[in-house]
Amino acid sequence: MSGIVSYGAYIPCHKIETGEIASVWGADGSAWAKNLNVYSKSVPGPDEDVITISVEATRQAMKRAKLNGDNIGAIYTGSESHPYAVKPTSTIVAQAIRATPHLTAADFEFACKAGTAAIQACMGMVADKQVENGIAIGVDTSQGAPGDALEYSASAGGGALIIGSKKVIADINHTTSYTTDTPDFWRREGQKYPRHGGRFTGKPAFFKHVMSCGLKTMKMAGTEAKDYDYIVTHQPNGKFPIRAAKALGFTAEQFETGLLTPRIGNTYSGAIFLGLAAILDIAKPGDRILAVAYGSGAGSDGFDITVTENIEKMDRSETVEDMISRMKILNYATYAKYRGKLRMGGSN
Amino acid sequence: MRDVSVIGIGITKFGELWEKSLRELGLETGLAAISDAGITSKDIDALYIGNMAAGSTLQQEHVSALIADYCGLTNLNVPATRVEAASASGGLAIRQGYMAIAGGFIDVAVVGGAEKMTDVSDSESSYTVSMGSDEQWESQAGATFASLHAMIAQSHMDEYGTSREELSAVSEKNHYHASLNPMAQFPFQVSGEDVSNSGMVSSPLRMLDCAPNSDGAAAVVLCATDKAKKLKKESIRIIGSGQASDTLSLHHRKYLNRLPAIGIAAKRAFKSCGKKTKDLDLVEVHDNFTITEIIALEEIGIFKRGKAASMGFKGETRLGGKIAVNTSGGLKARGHAPGATGIAQVVEIVQQLRGEAGKRQIKGAKIGLAENHGGTAATAVVHILEAD
Repeated sequence: MSGIVSYGAYIPCHKIETGEIASVWGADGSAWAKNLNVYSKSVPGPDEDVITISVEATRQAMKRAKLNGDNIGAIYTGSESHPYAVKPTSTIVAQAIRATPHLTAADFEFACKAGTAAIQACMGMVADKQVENGIAIGVDTSQGAPGDALEYSASAGGGALIIGSKKVIADINHTTSYTTDTPDFWRREGQKYPRHGGRFTGKPAFFKHVMSCGLKTMKMAGTEAKDYDYIVTHQPNGKFPIRAAKALGFTAEQFETGLLTPRIGNTYSGAIFLGLAAILDIAKPGDRILAVAYGSGAGSDGFDITVTENIEKMDRSETVEDMISRMKILNYATYAKYRGKLRMGGSN
Repeated sequence: MRDVSVIGIGITKFGELWEKSLRELGLETGLAAISDAGITSKDIDALYIGNMAAGSTLQQEHVSALIADYCGLTNLNVPATRVEAASASGGLAIRQGYMAIAGGFIDVAVVGGAEKMTDVSDSESSYTVSMGSDEQWESQAGATFASLHAMIAQSHMDEYGTSREELSAVSEKNHYHASLNPMAQFPFQVSGEDVSNSGMVSSPLRMLDCAPNSDGAAAVVLCATDKAKKLKKESIRIIGSGQASDTLSLHHRKYLNRLPAIGIAAKRAFKSCGKKTKDLDLVEVHDNFTITEIIALEEIGIFKRGKAASMGFKGETRLGGKIAVNTSGGLKARGHAPGATGIAQVVEIVQQLRGEAGKRQIKGAKIGLAENHGGTAATAVVHILEAD
């Protein structure tokens, strides 16, 4: 059986509050914050992108597992904001952690569940003994057009999971997927910002897929909500995951630890990795976790996970909560500069 | 002129019907109405379709032929005509069918209205709806229907003292009625306080003052009354029909707080049947905003000018009050699918006059009025129906 050998996370140290964004557009900040259940969101610095965040998260995972690059046979990076249209992310990450040249690598783009698709790919490689360890990464520096509803939530961050079969800190007991073509969110080639289907992103998109995949995973595992200590789902805002978790029979005690969007915004491909990392930061041996990712137009991936005794031997310092507590507030002008929303002199 | 009766009705639930296309909605309600009437496609002489937005939201014009095709009427070459008058498209389609039968040109017409408003973004649907205003003077300048009706509301409040609480009472009452209607988009109650505290759209109008842009469809089968009697169908006669126009842009009018085309259309409808407002058991009015229900009731003459808001606040327009207004839930809570709305109003009147309105039934209802208008009532159409 393959499982999680180690995990790492990274959240940029800047954030902007919902009220600050709303004030620029003459909107009611407290109403937006309440309606989305998003009160602040992370903002990548001017020198941060999917590659730097991937490297930071992967280095933390490598350090925790006391592994070096020679132990890594595969790296797959899932994101919908890879810095280059033509030039891979995963090879740069591989080079940075000194895993080159004897490994396989690829970039995944599969909406917000590109990272969990990478987990499943690594699980297959490990199960087939093609590699000893593979790294699955989910990271985004997501885009929201100025003034659009997405601007209140689209943020940055992500995580990395080392998938292997030895010294696992958590067994992945089961995984399954629920996949349809449901186009509720998209960005065409060359477009700077994505478009979305408004309320269509809810019931027929997020809820249908997360609920169906969650139920399918539990059926496969022969479990019920009460059998889990934690649930973490994709979290495009702070309301959808709560509603989905409750509908699946989970309580606040089970979903609050992995629910980060109210404080850091929607990190897209990174959301489930960061939520899972926050849970692993405090999990005890025997704890059971249900994780359900969702990607617009891509579907859902579900994972039934059990934490092992090895987690107590791992140095779990520098937690997700530590990263969140260090975040400094930006004003909109600095946020606009950092996110490249200002037209600079001499630029087109 | 011949008498005209409604012998069949069909309606879908209004709302976000993402799993259904325009043609499916048209087919579903058309078949329901035909089945209810107990006729076959061979009995149909003409098809009239109310639709406002398919060209803009679905890139589909020629909707009349589309619906005829999907209803299986093309092999009989049944003539099909689309009627467009913004949100009055449905009511006006009924009037076309009514006139064709009353004039002796045909015996049976199926009149359907269908609209898909939620397959596009909110801004796109709002833009489409704004096409019903004056492009040169209003929409091009940034005026939306919410802002135009906000000016109407503000003027009404200034002149007649209409209050925030009285506007809220309209929405609260219509949501209560919708809670009794299984086909309503929002079949739940809200309090007046909920309405008064909902998000501001355009002062003084708040979110719960405004009707949604919905998907939905409705259809009726109209038949010459003498033929309906031969078919031994229970029929509800259309005893009055009136239509009127006004300036398309609001600023060209003498009064900002009146919608005179509604009153003129109602006067014409009453004149054609000799009835008076005191004869009415119920009315369905076009409450695209709470203020519009208030003004429509004043224009029709059910309440004196400046008095409708306070009468509504006292409960006189509620089920069990002096006259029940919008027992369906109205545009606010049953939903507003522009091309279907005017037909859905007539469906509600027919259900009430047949005694088939379930929990919202008005006991012994005999006469009902439906008022449907487009834009800021640049087109208004009124029908009065009576149970035989």
